Amino acid sequence: MDSEAIKRIKNKQRRQRVVSDLKHKHNKERHSLRKERAKEERANPQLREERIANNIPETLESKRVYDETVGAEIEGSDEFQKYFENPRDPKVMITTNANAKKQAYEFADIMMDFLPNSTFVKRKKAYNMKEMAKFCSNREYTDLVVINEDKKKVNGLTIMHLPEGPSFYFSVTSLVDTKRIEGHGRATDHIPELVLNNFNTRLGKTVGRLFQSMFPHRPEIQGRQVVTLHNQRDYIFFRRHRYVFRNEEKVGLQELGPQFTLKLRRLQRGIKDEVEWEHRPDMERDKRKFYL
Amino acid sequence: MLALPTQLINPSPYVRFCSYKVKTATQNFCRNEYNLTGFCTRQSCPLANSRYATVREKEGVLYLYMKTIERAHSPANMWERIRLSNNYATALEQIDKELIYWPNFITHKCKQRVTKITQYLIKMRKLSLTQQPKLVGIKKKLDRREATRERKALQAAHLEKAIEKELLDRLRSKAYGDAPLNVNEDVWRQVLDMEKKDKGKNKEMEEEDELEIDMESDESEEEFVSDDEEEYEEEYEGGEREFVEDDELESDFGDMEDYDGEETGTDASDDEEEPTDDEEDNRRNGKGVPPAAGNKRKGPSASGPKRKAPRVNVEYEVETEPLSKEMLANW
Repeated sequence: MDSEAIKRIKNKQRRQRVVSDLKHKHNKERHSLRKERAKEERANPQLREERIANNIPETLESKRVYDETVGAEIEGSDEFQKYFENPRDPKVMITTNANAKKQAYEFADIMMDFLPNSTFVKRKKAYNMKEMAKFCSNREYTDLVVINEDKKKVNGLTIMHLPEGPSFYFSVTSLVDTKRIEGHGRATDHIPELVLNNFNTRLGKTVGRLFQSMFPHRPEIQGRQVVTLHNQRDYIFFRRHRYVFRNEEKVGLQELGPQFTLKLRRLQRGIKDEVEWEHRPDMERDKRKFYL
Repeated sequence: MLALPTQLINPSPYVRFCSYKVKTATQNFCRNEYNLTGFCTRQSCPLANSRYATVREKEGVLYLYMKTIERAHSPANMWERIRLSNNYATALEQIDKELIYWPNFITHKCKQRVTKITQYLIKMRKLSLTQQPKLVGIKKKLDRREATRERKALQAAHLEKAIEKELLDRLRSKAYGDAPLNVNEDVWRQVLDMEKKDKGKNKEMEEEDELEIDMESDESEEEFVSDDEEEYEEEYEGGEREFVEDDELESDFGDMEDYDGEETGTDASDDEEEPTDDEEDNRRNGKGVPPAAGNKRKGPSASGPKRKAPRVNVEYEVETEPLSKEMLANW
């Protein structure tokens, strides 16, 4: 019975029954087909491999709009060069916006937990960001992180690389505290490893280098802790895990928290000087265009 | 003066309606800009009084406005305007002088207005010096769209898989060093064994090419190649071997071959070296110790499709660098 014929059935209950029967039949067929296929493939695993190899789904990533800077090496030296040449470990100052509420301080606490060598200072209204950046660079801090809280929610993160910039502004979303992660572990004080995934374009690499330059050079791998910043479609997912190598191809992960998502909103030269890149809503018109 | 019931207070006792009047439950206000107090009362109504004075601010400058009955016939010239001094004290003196013999109510309220305006001007100047937060509108539609895309991106990311893959890559590429602290001994042995097996397979495939490579190889690579030769000899003699420590050298064999081809084939080798220079720097920083994620992050971008086992050796590149420069000089 085709759909036109079904539409012509005037009794609603009967019509529904017919439709559900049809659906049931279709599902049954599908399942039997799959069963058959599974049987064949069990007998001949090569078939399965072939099927999987041929069946490559089209994703936004695979259809991404071409970006010429993907895979390009960084030309010349940027502001992060110092970190890579200098064996000295970074020193991070964390503060909040003026007049911050409890949530901002809690987030600062969380950040102190996963950022080695970081200190928190309560924000005073009297000083603006540029002044704070100056104080920090005089005291040999390499990064200044300002947490932004609005309506009792942490919604932004300004990260300034000191002494000569650049400054980044990220929005923060989907913040999940460690306590709320099921089966979470307790983090130790070891310096974590860093995994930076998918920072491909020139802009992405700059962001990647920023995160890298906020962590010490040598992780303490006996801690088996790993901090991940995974970029997918311009959303940067932050996760922290403890891992264990179970055998040569299996790794066990235990989440240590927190989880949050960053999105780059603005990149400025120097300490909040000239705007180099800014996210605009119309940049999202094309779903397949990504900037990081 | 005519005594009016309070609900009838209007600019003119004869008019019930006034467009400047704002009614509230408790009080009526006046919106006329010349109003001294802002209240809708008979006393402070700028329309109903023929003798009236007020203080107004225009672009940071204070003016005393006066209206007298003598000019009532020409509305164009109705208000007389006097600039007040920037100095608060002298401004008050000016008011006293100009409004001499005026009703006490008006002089007093004018002075109060001067005080208020100077205060808000000071505050404005102060605020303009400090950085003010920029207010941005909430756009629900955008927020919703971004939330949805974030959710989908998270699904597409397969975070745990990606992390596991990355960690295994690091383990296999010996980014954690030769005796890593973060791996169980048994597992580490397994990893090494697996590598052996892979190597074995590769070698079978490459045995035939091997001799040619030796012939082609440059002087700079002599030392390195000779190491490999030894190993091969051993392999020929003994067949099955236990591999112990020399993996580091071995693992570079594949890379060296790739490199060889480039070196002998084209002059483009200099360009190809650039990415490896970086790696070398990294390794210099943390020799023998697992490198920070620095090496990692370059990993995906720098690794070509040919590379089977990631390179670990240092010496090789150190040696070729001066050579390439010499070559350049000769050119």
